Amino acid sequence: MPTPTKGPRLGGGPAHERLMLANLATALFEHGRITTTEAKAKRLRPLAERLITFAKRGDLHARRRVLTVVRDKSVVHTLFTEIGPNYATRAGGYTRITKIGPRKGDNAPMAVIELVEPLAEQVVAEASAATRRAAKEAAAVPAAPAAPVEPTAAAVEASAPEADATEANATEANAAEVDSTGADDAEAPKDES
Amino acid sequence: MPVPKRKTSRSNTRSRRSQWKASAPNLVTCARCKEKRLAHTACPTCGTYAKRRVLDV
Repeated sequence: MPTPTKGPRLGGGPAHERLMLANLATALFEHGRITTTEAKAKRLRPLAERLITFAKRGDLHARRRVLTVVRDKSVVHTLFTEIGPNYATRAGGYTRITKIGPRKGDNAPMAVIELVEPLAEQVVAEASAATRRAAKEAAAVPAAPAAPVEPTAAAVEASAPEADATEANATEANAAEVDSTGADDAEAPKDES
Repeated sequence: MPVPKRKTSRSNTRSRRSQWKASAPNLVTCARCKEKRLAHTACPTCGTYAKRRVLDV
């Protein structure tokens, strides 16, 4: 939940601020990026991100909550069908504010606020696979000293499957499959014995 | 309505105005186009910030 704003409202009063922020949010979801003053961009960011969170939820109640702010139904439709699903894998931080210097005329500091690009699926998969590998290696190191004691008898019969297992490890590491973790945990102690 | 009794002397006026100072903008060199730009701000010359295109120049 965003922190309530301190200090004076934008515009003439609370209602004026609500109207301006609603219009800014509508424009942001319609165009993807808008240029505005820094102060307005900073006030808009929590509101816009909350609306995108509603869009990710995607049910009728969430849609009605968003419609109380963004009155344009076509914009709400694009928000729920395109923008929300784009950010399914991203946990917050859907907008980016870049300062672009003072405006001619009144020297107001201006900024561009834009919707960030959706996370690439491959990057997410690689990152989660890397964390899984790191966890697996951390688990394999303590298990190594204990391993040679018990599988002496089992090592003889397991020696034949080992060759297959190492090949399987290579292919599974490339594919970064989820189910490879269970197989690797069983095979790792045998390789070291 | 209360009004000043005395005209503000030339000395007082000038003393007050001696505190009007301009501050230099914090300029840094753009890594991409080597022009001067404001810190933490998109470069107005090449239109980029953090290797990302922000402005159409």
